[in-house]
Amino acid sequence: MAQLLQHLINGLAAGTIYALVALGYTMVYGVLKLINFAHGDVMMVGVYMGYATAFALGRDMRSSLLGVAVVFAVAMLGCALLGFLIERFAYRPLREKPRLTALITAIGISFALSYGFQLDLGFLPGAAPRAFPEVIEPVEWLVIGDRDVVVWNWQVISFGIAVALMVGLQYLVFRTRFGRAMRAVSWDHRVAALMGIPTDRVIALTFMLSSALAAGAGLLYAIKDTSVSPLMGLYVGLKAFVAAVIGGIGHVPGAVVGGLVLGLVEEFVVGYAASTWRDAVAFGFLILVLLVKPGGLFGRVAAEKV
Amino acid sequence: MRRLAPMLLAALAVMVAACEKKTQPAPSGEGGTQAAQGQGAAPGGAPADANTILLGQVGSLTGGQATFGISTRNGIELALKEANAAGGVKGKKLSIRVYDNQSKPEEAAQAATRLITQDKVALILGDVASSNSLAMAEKAQAAGVPMITPSSTNPTVTDKGDYIFRVCFIDPFQGFVMAKFARENLKLNTVAVLQDNKSAYSIGLADVFTRKFTEMGGKVTAVESYSQGDTDYRAQLTAIRKSQPEGIYVPGYYSEVGIIARQAREVGLKVPLMGGDGWDSEKLFELGGSAIEGSYFSNHYSPDNPDPRVQKFIADYKAAYGAVPDALAALGYDSARVAVSALERAKDLSGPSVRDAIAQTKDFPGVAGTVTLDAQRNAVKSAVVLKVEDGKTQYVTTINP
Repeated sequence: MAQLLQHLINGLAAGTIYALVALGYTMVYGVLKLINFAHGDVMMVGVYMGYATAFALGRDMRSSLLGVAVVFAVAMLGCALLGFLIERFAYRPLREKPRLTALITAIGISFALSYGFQLDLGFLPGAAPRAFPEVIEPVEWLVIGDRDVVVWNWQVISFGIAVALMVGLQYLVFRTRFGRAMRAVSWDHRVAALMGIPTDRVIALTFMLSSALAAGAGLLYAIKDTSVSPLMGLYVGLKAFVAAVIGGIGHVPGAVVGGLVLGLVEEFVVGYAASTWRDAVAFGFLILVLLVKPGGLFGRVAAEKV
Repeated sequence: MRRLAPMLLAALAVMVAACEKKTQPAPSGEGGTQAAQGQGAAPGGAPADANTILLGQVGSLTGGQATFGISTRNGIELALKEANAAGGVKGKKLSIRVYDNQSKPEEAAQAATRLITQDKVALILGDVASSNSLAMAEKAQAAGVPMITPSSTNPTVTDKGDYIFRVCFIDPFQGFVMAKFARENLKLNTVAVLQDNKSAYSIGLADVFTRKFTEMGGKVTAVESYSQGDTDYRAQLTAIRKSQPEGIYVPGYYSEVGIIARQAREVGLKVPLMGGDGWDSEKLFELGGSAIEGSYFSNHYSPDNPDPRVQKFIADYKAAYGAVPDALAALGYDSARVAVSALERAKDLSGPSVRDAIAQTKDFPGVAGTVTLDAQRNAVKSAVVLKVEDGKTQYVTTINP
């Protein structure tokens, strides 16, 4: 029982991060019908920004509340800028080209970032994985039995931050003017433009938002697994993409559910079946969902898209 | 939404194709050919240059095992510098072309093909990870180009054929060393195994360890696995914890082991971790922090060895690269020196003559032990067990074959 609880906690911790990254895929897909394969790598860049900021702040400063806020703010703003630049210079010129062109560009940017960050140029971090500084000093908040179940402060804090980001996003999309504009663009960007919605600006803002979310998710991931490497984006990005598709890509709550489901499925397969099967089951689950419901768990033709 | 499925398939297909074909190894510039520049290789190749003998290296200079490839390259570079300073081989200078395999077997095979068909190298050195060396060995054997792997310990690598050699011991021996150490020195009765399912090296070590440890009267309580690149091992460790082992054998690579150590302590596992030479990297201490303290691993050499030859190598290496050489640098150095000695003894530079010369290597004094190649083209030598203490390794004992 205790073990079940521990697996549940672990699975939720992984799942919320998949969910946050999946939200970025879903938002961009919603407005552009583009699967932004560079999303995971933008996340990776965000983690390195946080890494650099944490070191610049020094050991005492970075584990204070203000320090954590500064680390997150720098990484999220930095990534918003990166997202803006990628959209402006890589995707916007291809807006009216066939969709496959933009897709391949996305893959190109993904590789440019993940391999570019491995170059040994002095100011770049190099290929080897690095230990991520403990911006949240690990403290055990709850211990049951002989360490049968352990809940750490960062697990709770991460969960809180993730939920806050999701609620904030939900509010933004469904309760604000900008959200309405986003939804309009996602229905049909030409008609939206005719109605006077500045589609280019909406799309740019969507990219910035999704990139900032990715940076936040990446930092939570790096805090959880205490490491950062140039290839982390490819790996987390692929998993989150699967999560987004399971939930129904383009659907905001779907991405959240998809992420949580994927995190829990992985954890329980490893915990109770064989760890060898983890990825097979995760991707098998994706295939199953696509066979039964090609649009994903929540993807209906009439589903509201973001 | 129905249009999504075919589009996804197309996207994944592109992704997979891109993963496999991604980048051609850089012909010049970039990190990959620093060694080549150091040796004054003519830009653009010129393999037929009458005054140089061109060697090739394929190494993981980027990717998850980057420090392996870089250490190996440094060791090789140092050995070749020394050989050239001493007048080269048969009156010719040695130069080396280095390609990156991004820590991936597909890239390793492609780079090996390139060295063979385009650069026409006399001999290939590399790689560290057995999966990559296996991919290269296939190509080298088919083309009849001799290949020496400095530190791939999986037995199947040299099984690829009579052109493939190694200057290190093999996995069965390394697994045996740790099983013996766990049973006799640490007096452990129960051990759990956590292996990397994507790595031939890790599976090989885990298999032999499990068999030997059981033969010696111990019990393996759980066998769990992960994939290279994972960063969350809590599920496996929670399952291992339930089986209550007295130690955990983690024959993986440093990039994962450091994180595994942290998470093992986090889920409440306090028992010592044990591993193989894949742990050998400065990065292990950074990634593992205090969690990796008190762990043990088997290795090829220890920098504490007082042998003057070893100490001279360490001093030279430090002067050139500003770091204490790890075992992979030492093996890289040894592999290049064995290669140089073989090229010297070979009657000409054709594949078969060089192969015969390498095969005759006997009692060669390397910095990571004396190299004698057996009939299976493997080096027969002893291993050391090191303990992690205060952020560095401490020599514990030597275990003989």
